[in-house]
Amino acid sequence: MDKTINQKAWFLVLPVFLVVAFSAVLPLMTVVNYSMQDTFGNNQFFWNGVGWFKELLDPSTDLGGRFLASLGRNLFFSLVILAIEVPLGIVVALSMPRQGWTVAACLVTLALPLLIPWNVVGTIWQIFGRPDIGLLGYVLNHIGLDYNYVSNDIDAWVTVIVMDVWHWTSLVALLCYAGLKSIPEAYYQAAQIDGASRWAVFKAIQLPKMNRVLLIAVLLRFMDSFMIYTEPFVVTGGGPGNSTTFVSIELVKIALGQFDLGKAAALSLVYNLIILIVCWIFYTAMTNAGSERKPQKGAA
Amino acid sequence: MHSIPGRRLIMGLFLIFLLLPIYWLVNMSFKTNGEIISTMTLWPHAPTLQHYRRIFTDESWYSGYINSLEYVVINTIISISVALPAAYAFSRYRFLGDKHLFFWLLSNRMAPAAVYALPFFNLYSAIGLFDTPWAVALAHCIFNVPLAVWILEGFVSGVPREIDETAFLDGYSFPRFFVRILVPLIASGIGVAAFFCFMFSWVELLLARTLTSVNAKPIAAVMTRTVSAAGMDWGLLAAAGVLTIIPGALVIWFVRNYIARGFALGRV
Repeated sequence: MDKTINQKAWFLVLPVFLVVAFSAVLPLMTVVNYSMQDTFGNNQFFWNGVGWFKELLDPSTDLGGRFLASLGRNLFFSLVILAIEVPLGIVVALSMPRQGWTVAACLVTLALPLLIPWNVVGTIWQIFGRPDIGLLGYVLNHIGLDYNYVSNDIDAWVTVIVMDVWHWTSLVALLCYAGLKSIPEAYYQAAQIDGASRWAVFKAIQLPKMNRVLLIAVLLRFMDSFMIYTEPFVVTGGGPGNSTTFVSIELVKIALGQFDLGKAAALSLVYNLIILIVCWIFYTAMTNAGSERKPQKGAA
Repeated sequence: MHSIPGRRLIMGLFLIFLLLPIYWLVNMSFKTNGEIISTMTLWPHAPTLQHYRRIFTDESWYSGYINSLEYVVINTIISISVALPAAYAFSRYRFLGDKHLFFWLLSNRMAPAAVYALPFFNLYSAIGLFDTPWAVALAHCIFNVPLAVWILEGFVSGVPREIDETAFLDGYSFPRFFVRILVPLIASGIGVAAFFCFMFSWVELLLARTLTSVNAKPIAAVMTRTVSAAGMDWGLLAAAGVLTIIPGALVIWFVRNYIARGFALGRV
């Protein structure tokens, strides 16, 4: 399907452009402005040039050390949850019932965690994991594991990761399920005639068909886990110590906690830049994957 | 669709894993605080509705739900109405900078809310919208509008272009074609997009909390503040949590047949 060139289409896009520009460009300009200045309160600002950025990228300073440490923790967190959620999501999608009312029941149950407000997700796991009143913490402690997410770094990490798996694996599963649904039955019949093993069917038919949705899944999961804030904040508050302080938590601490606008703004810009680069890589991969299958599909 | 061995077992275990923490929350919301703290019971032995009664009678609690629903609905309406024409444009035409614009939109969906919290606070205070549902609704547009464009673009592309051409040949004007023909054809797509806008606006807390103080305080913020002020009223917290799950569960029931396609953003 060829798209016609029509510059008047801009009029259709204009409302979106204005709404998003109002919420994105104006605030971003404020951030750029702050990032070059220092303030001692009373609305007095002093020019600081690239000072904050230098400090931010230098691990020997307080700001740089905190930023790079939280960045490292966040990257590790994102990789771990991707490594768990993507395979698990594929397995769950493959385990979906074929037809009948169970399909709808499974879909609705799967989607349920996605619709719970993020702070309530935090609350659920905060309660669930407590050794005194939570089922999980209680059971773990009674079978002899010394589990306490408030005081132990590793337990806190495990809780945050399990919580994220609980919260978001369904997204990957639903995406993969949508991909699987689009495979025509004839493919499977052909595979059966060829006597293909189940593994061969998965590798040669199902996985390639899921390519595109998996890319969306990885993109969304990476981005959302990279800017995760509410859930770990409610459960661990970034602790014990700083062990589960991710970039967003650090940023809010600096911006709204200490009101260090300059530092927070510089951090925001670098943070945004990282997201932008990763987003660009995924976007290019996605449009390329799309154009291989459907030539001339263009922007989508 | 071909499945794997042991699928029932895997699905069953996974669903239990999903439902167990939710069950625990529901279970706790029906217990008295005494029972929660003193004993470990798998179901409420002395079921009570006291926490729910408190929420439904205390205005500072139930107004939180109303405030949240208010900005969620405003946001959904704004997002869908601006995204529809844009989705059509992206799906049918090429124009100067279309790909860059699409990427720019997408990148805003990915921008961390924490980055925008403070500038939004300044911006909405300056134009006098602070502590109104409009501030939160507009702020949530930053991630919901791109998402709605993305989803709707997929659905519009599924409508054969011949339909547009026939309609224009029949003398339909563009707005009339849009409202009378295109919108009914992608009704399910609009439903899915609205569902996603609802969902992401409903679950977001950081911006909603930063942009409100008293009058428009969302339920999520009511939960955090009241709990920290009154010590730990676990039963009340659990009941409030259960009530936040219900709107989502209701909405999802209506779009259950489109969920899978919707999550693939109309692109399967």
